[in-house]
Amino acid sequence: MSEAPVDYHPMWEELGLDLDAHDMLLAAIPQLYAAAYLTQAKRPEGMAYFDFVMSEIHGLRIKELRDHQAAGGKVIGSFCLYVPEEIIRALGGLSVGLCAGAEFAYDEVERIMPRNTCALIKSFMGFKLAKVCPYLEASDLVVGETTCDGKKKAYELLGEMAPVYVVELPQMKNPGDLAFWRSEIDRLVAKLEEVTGRELTAENLAAAIKEVNDKRRALQRLNAARAADPAPISGKDALLAVQVAFYDDVPRFTQMVNKVADELEARVAANTGATPAGTPRVLVTGTPMAVPNWKVHDIIEKAGAVVVSEELCTGRRYYSKLVAEDRTTVDGMLDAVAEKYLDINCACFTPNPGRAEDIIRLAKEYKADGIVDYTLQSCGPYQIESSLVERAAQQAGFPVLRIDTDYSMEDIGQLSTRVEAFLEMLK
Amino acid sequence: MTRILGLDVGSRTVDAVWWEDGAIADSAVLDSGFDPQEVGARLLARGDHDLVVATGYGRHAVRERFGAEIITEIKAYGTGASRLYPQARSVLDIGGQDTKVISLDGGGRVMDFEMNDKCAAGTGRFLEVMARALGFELSELGPGALTAPEGVKISSMCTVFAESEVIGLVHKGVDRNRIALGLHESIATRTLSMLKRVNAQPPLVFAGGVAKNPAMARLITWGFAGEVLTPTDSQLVGALGAALHGQSLLSGAGSG
Ligand code: SF4
Ligand code: SF4
Repeated sequence: MSEAPVDYHPMWEELGLDLDAHDMLLAAIPQLYAAAYLTQAKRPEGMAYFDFVMSEIHGLRIKELRDHQAAGGKVIGSFCLYVPEEIIRALGGLSVGLCAGAEFAYDEVERIMPRNTCALIKSFMGFKLAKVCPYLEASDLVVGETTCDGKKKAYELLGEMAPVYVVELPQMKNPGDLAFWRSEIDRLVAKLEEVTGRELTAENLAAAIKEVNDKRRALQRLNAARAADPAPISGKDALLAVQVAFYDDVPRFTQMVNKVADELEARVAANTGATPAGTPRVLVTGTPMAVPNWKVHDIIEKAGAVVVSEELCTGRRYYSKLVAEDRTTVDGMLDAVAEKYLDINCACFTPNPGRAEDIIRLAKEYKADGIVDYTLQSCGPYQIESSLVERAAQQAGFPVLRIDTDYSMEDIGQLSTRVEAFLEMLK
Repeated sequence: MTRILGLDVGSRTVDAVWWEDGAIADSAVLDSGFDPQEVGARLLARGDHDLVVATGYGRHAVRERFGAEIITEIKAYGTGASRLYPQARSVLDIGGQDTKVISLDGGGRVMDFEMNDKCAAGTGRFLEVMARALGFELSELGPGALTAPEGVKISSMCTVFAESEVIGLVHKGVDRNRIALGLHESIATRTLSMLKRVNAQPPLVFAGGVAKNPAMARLITWGFAGEVLTPTDSQLVGALGAALHGQSLLSGAGSG
């Protein structure tokens, strides 16, 4: 951390950002972050790293990406958990998550897309149209995927403005689907080899699998500690760690998360927490939450509960499964990659019974008192799956509160009342 | 003697109940005006209180300013309604800017609830706007509707669209009582389906300011499968619930 703040404007200008619009966006983040994060009591000291990462979100990390590119490496962006970062990493690429969690330039987006597109899509399209996302602008390739209809069609529009490549995902999980998905992984490997100019080998792939697994293991450790009462860390902080996992330097991130995990384990041993013992415990499930979308966690925790687990793509779905490390050939390793990735429980698949099972298992394991089912408005897959999730959870004896919302702040008062009433019911 | 103040700080009115030794000692319903906190402060100044419990959308501000305890409107209405009617199994509250439906277990505990969306559709505020568009005083709207043989179908529940629809109908010369009835019917339909969603069982307590509107009371009574109870002081149910919560806090019993 240097003394005088570095001026990153020249770097941003070189990336082609709209500097005025970008300044506006960047000015809003610190307040938002401070209000949600810095007001929390008893944060683990290791979270200071994440405060720093957030303060440099468009600065230092982008500089690292640019240095990497200057040394001949590539930056590969993606929007979905299904894009295997192990392959990108093995080919010397840096993988960055591009999902966006703030309303920006919706007016421009609504000229080319319907108003009732989900906030996640509108947000990343807005960031692109307004040229305010340095990660997107720095990406040498953006890998899309055929999950929901909204994203599928959005990639066509995005493809007019950025280099986009789309992998095809099956919609079911039958044996034939795995074979097909495996062939799509081969196609992706070929594309990434072309873009990076490198070749996938057993050595570089094995190393990448190991490093990314280590990252997921660290997150598993951090999150395992949350089963304790009192919870050693707030849900907001734990959510932030996973959000940052999508674009931070892998070994450094792993080390920092392990440090937080050490601290949490010590807290659990000493029976101390971020919130008092007996604080109502909530499991959150639903659509992904991209930075800086902390809305639902913030409402829940300000209402006096603690979030103990996230069945989200910015949560369990990201770190709970590892790629098998016992394969020795490139083909064998890619099989393992294909298997691990197809095992993600996303509502874009039909049927998706694994998700409800996970939710109930997690609710028990983390001793949740209730479940908040969070969906983004206009996200058909998750909104419709809500009925199944709720029924399963209620049958297992867990009360469910459904929150259907977007990135705007208008409904915060009303949502707070609903969340508080839900917590009163849990007592 | 203990004296507890229950305050329901809503968008249209601030309601107060003073609870002393197991009974309502006094109550008040004041206009929220543009500064509901100031209205709350005036009510607080009426004597000493062992405890103040606030509910309603302004509850957080009351906590910050006066150190009051808070509970949500959901819990307050549930608690208040089951005190007035121990047999109650559900509550409907149509207030100034929101509608709540609550389903209760036999012992007055909230089992499920729902609130309307962020807009004012179907609430007290909606009725005020429509009364104005029809040239009625708010108090005339319900009685007027009851004189109509049948309602005109209103297709929109959005305050803005419904208002222009209503104005259009008036210009076409449609009887304003029939329009008024149509408006009440569409609110009732919407409200009854909310009640179904939380599986509301009878008897239902109809609380909140809009319960005083005779057309709404009649339509809900007709449409709901089972007994509907309307307390005389329907607006005070939330403040009463807040006060009762205060009592259980003081007696250390928790409030269930
Ligand atoms: S919710 Fe589904 S489509 Fe969205 S990021 Fe997760 S896996 Fe991908
Ligand atoms: S939130 Fe839903 S609609 Fe939006 S991109 Fe994800 S799956 Fe698609």
